[in-house]
Amino acid sequence: MTHQERTSRAVDNTSAAGTRGVLRFLTCGSVDDGKSTLIGRLLYDSKLLFEDQVNTLERDSRKHGTTGEEIDFALLLDGLEAEREQGITIDVAYRFFSTSKRKFVVADTPGHEQYTRNMATGASTADVAVILVDARKGVLTQTLRHTYIARMMGIRHVVLAVNKMDLAGHSSGRFHEIIAAYLKVAEGLGFDSIIPIPMSARYGDNLTRKTDEMSWYTGPTLLEYLEELDVSSSVAAEPFRMPVQWVNRPDLNFRGYSGLIVSGTVQTGDEVVIAASGTVACVEQIVTADGYLDAAEAGQSVTLVLDRELDISRGDVLAASGDRPEVSDQFAAEVLWMSEDHLLPGRSYLLKIGTTTTPASVSALKHKVDINTFDKQPCTKLEVNEIGLCNIACARPVVFDPYHQIRDMGAFILIDRFTNQTVGAGMIRFGLRRASNIHRHAMDVDKATRARIKGQSPAILWFTGLSGAGKSTVANIVERKLTEAGLHTYSLDGDNVRHGLNRDLGFTDVDRVENIRRIGEVAKLFVDAGLIVTCSFISPFRSERQMVRELVDDEEFIEVFVDTPIEVCMERDPKGLYEKARAGEIKNFTGLDSPYEAPVKAELRVDTSELTAEEAADEVIEYLLAREHAK
Amino acid sequence: MTGDIQTSIARYAKRFQKPQPRARALSPHLQALEAESIHIMREVLAEFDRPVMLYSIGKDSAVMLHLALKAFYPSSLPFPLQHVDSTFKFTEMIEFRDALAEAFDLELRVEINEEGRAKGINPFDHGSQLHTQVMKTEALRNAMERHGYDAAFGGARRDEEKSRAKERVFSFRDAKQGWDPKNQRPELWRNYNTRITKGESIRVFPLSNWTELDIWQYIQEEDIPIVPLYFAKERPVVERDGQLIMVDDDRLPLQPGETPRQRMVRFRTLGCYPLTAGVESSAQSLDEIVLEMLTARTSERSGRLIDHDEAGSMEKKKREGYF
Repeated sequence: MTHQERTSRAVDNTSAAGTRGVLRFLTCGSVDDGKSTLIGRLLYDSKLLFEDQVNTLERDSRKHGTTGEEIDFALLLDGLEAEREQGITIDVAYRFFSTSKRKFVVADTPGHEQYTRNMATGASTADVAVILVDARKGVLTQTLRHTYIARMMGIRHVVLAVNKMDLAGHSSGRFHEIIAAYLKVAEGLGFDSIIPIPMSARYGDNLTRKTDEMSWYTGPTLLEYLEELDVSSSVAAEPFRMPVQWVNRPDLNFRGYSGLIVSGTVQTGDEVVIAASGTVACVEQIVTADGYLDAAEAGQSVTLVLDRELDISRGDVLAASGDRPEVSDQFAAEVLWMSEDHLLPGRSYLLKIGTTTTPASVSALKHKVDINTFDKQPCTKLEVNEIGLCNIACARPVVFDPYHQIRDMGAFILIDRFTNQTVGAGMIRFGLRRASNIHRHAMDVDKATRARIKGQSPAILWFTGLSGAGKSTVANIVERKLTEAGLHTYSLDGDNVRHGLNRDLGFTDVDRVENIRRIGEVAKLFVDAGLIVTCSFISPFRSERQMVRELVDDEEFIEVFVDTPIEVCMERDPKGLYEKARAGEIKNFTGLDSPYEAPVKAELRVDTSELTAEEAADEVIEYLLAREHAK
Repeated sequence: MTGDIQTSIARYAKRFQKPQPRARALSPHLQALEAESIHIMREVLAEFDRPVMLYSIGKDSAVMLHLALKAFYPSSLPFPLQHVDSTFKFTEMIEFRDALAEAFDLELRVEINEEGRAKGINPFDHGSQLHTQVMKTEALRNAMERHGYDAAFGGARRDEEKSRAKERVFSFRDAKQGWDPKNQRPELWRNYNTRITKGESIRVFPLSNWTELDIWQYIQEEDIPIVPLYFAKERPVVERDGQLIMVDDDRLPLQPGETPRQRMVRFRTLGCYPLTAGVESSAQSLDEIVLEMLTARTSERSGRLIDHDEAGSMEKKKREGYF
């Protein structure tokens, strides 16, 4: 064989490992069960370590190791200085190795309870969970917690790795005791397979090779099992879904929708639906930098060209028109909480699902799961690392499928609106009541048409400020002037809303939020009708005003901060409310014993202690004229 | 050699004008990696105002740029390339960079720490640590601030080094560009948290899940041009502490008794020439490089002199804003 032939053959062999597809697995279990050692040993035994890595390992073993003179394989993985010093793994580490049969990605995840969120992170992309148990300690709380998380995250295969068998006398009896204890709890969870393997990670027994000490074990080694396991995904057999990431418009002649196909297949000529609007179109071209394709399937990043011009943007989902995803602003989901600040029902978070980000809150916390017994318990909040079933309400409808049907279509994260931290991970179970499965009918007359015949651009003028600041007074003059100019308007304020639409609402925090939500939705409908709507509400909290702002397009929400000093408001006291509040007859009065969060960047600020109401109204009109809401 | 670089890059650029179907399909493994990287890049473009690609001219940058060209096709590259030039890069790297920018009409921004240059900071007199700190880490920070980038692509891979293995794909940096390894955002599914406030930024690593071998196989399958320094050739080198350093220009001070000798060497990784050791090799084709990889006994970063400064050195550099 010539050199060239030998070279190409060797190269072909390594490519062959890639044809099998990669297997992603995670290792988890309690602290000190030997997770890092197991992976380190796998890398070492598969001869995947380079000389300099082995040298570093030997040097580090002497310095930080916990195994005396022997190599401490865990040091290979514990990458960050802090954890090396503490001797624990605090973060998910991803490792890569391959054998002649397959390529592997390993997520090494932490065992300490406070890092459960990291285990969930590793589990979210894994096909198999290798759950370690110390043969001496048996099944622990953490073993069950990780098993439950693995199942919740959609992992179908579990390896129960009974480790440190050398310290349990290589006893077959002990091994079977642990299996029985584990199956008693795990069997009911519905995994496709649970494979127990006895091993000694430190010595490599039943990891990559069998040993005489455990000749009673006749099953595969861990590596054999992982090499052979079939995890070919059924996601290509699910209906077609592609969340639009980005609209590709290099010039006026090309308009394509770029995204990753998360399930199913698509062919040119297929009819697809824009899930949120209900509009259908046919796929004209599947464009890639490797030429046009006739068909594409789940897992491919492509750009689709449709046969007609439609208003599609990031956040839309293209889907099989014959088998549509659900569209709803409310759904039930399992949530794993990952923040020290508790999850509170009613608090507003940002929810990111696919390519959509929307404000959302937990409208009901049904129960949390006791991960020792998997029992359901009533609760009013979720603490860090707790798992609960929640009803979630979004500011606008989102497109989804149940998580266990199509992972990417049912997975979401919750983001804290102020710290921007990822605080929760959620998996949608099912859509809730009215909105679900009601597919919008695309109407011939739209907002732009309605606005055009009125000769105006619709908008919400949101007047916020303290009681007595002059919100309604200014809004009233603005509306009068607009009407005189021949424009079409409507006014919403406490008087016409509290007595009708919202008469079932009181003044608790939850009711206040719902009050503003309904007002926002009504204002949005008026905007859709092409009107300029004035809304005058104290609306003391930024998050509520933000919620309304996000209901309409960018240009359509104009926040007018009626910034009148509280002394002036108290002196005016048109309804005698301040006096009552100071006498203790009214509680939670904004500006006194309840905060007012001033707008940070309102479009307009007017101070009615400096301006007359008439002058303030003129400033608002000026603003509208300048932005061509009124012509 | 110069002519070769330009010819191969011109041919490469032409491919994107009228793409042809592949002769044979990519392996499912590479296909999945490619699709994932493209997905990440599109997320960044859609969610950030001022993204940039940190382009270091090496093989990982070559793959990253190639993926970006594919991700946004038929649009042209929708963000600039930022190169941090320590002034000690191999001459051939700069030639390659400029040829590429011209052929694709890329917006190439080059950042040099002029203060450091004026002070004559160099790896010989000031040591690799200070040189890297001033000419790379500080220069990068300057570039980030000057242009107000809110997202920067980097070509780092998790298989390179221990502290990289725990890096997120979307890695948050505070307003001081620091990295807090203990307080990383959990990253689940392909659901990336892209939220930042003013002054903060995200470093994005679209090649996180690629291995060195994947990179080489992809370069081969996709026929991506790379700097010829990766292929073995007779080059003038001196041997220092067991490392082969190429005498790329007359700034390398020769120690007593040192004479540059022509040896067949190639580079597994490219950086500043005085800080990047070559390996003896006869690999002149991609096939041979891949084969050499498979039998290699030392890992890629061992040729990077800056990693050996002290244990945990990469993590330290990253906290300070190094890539």
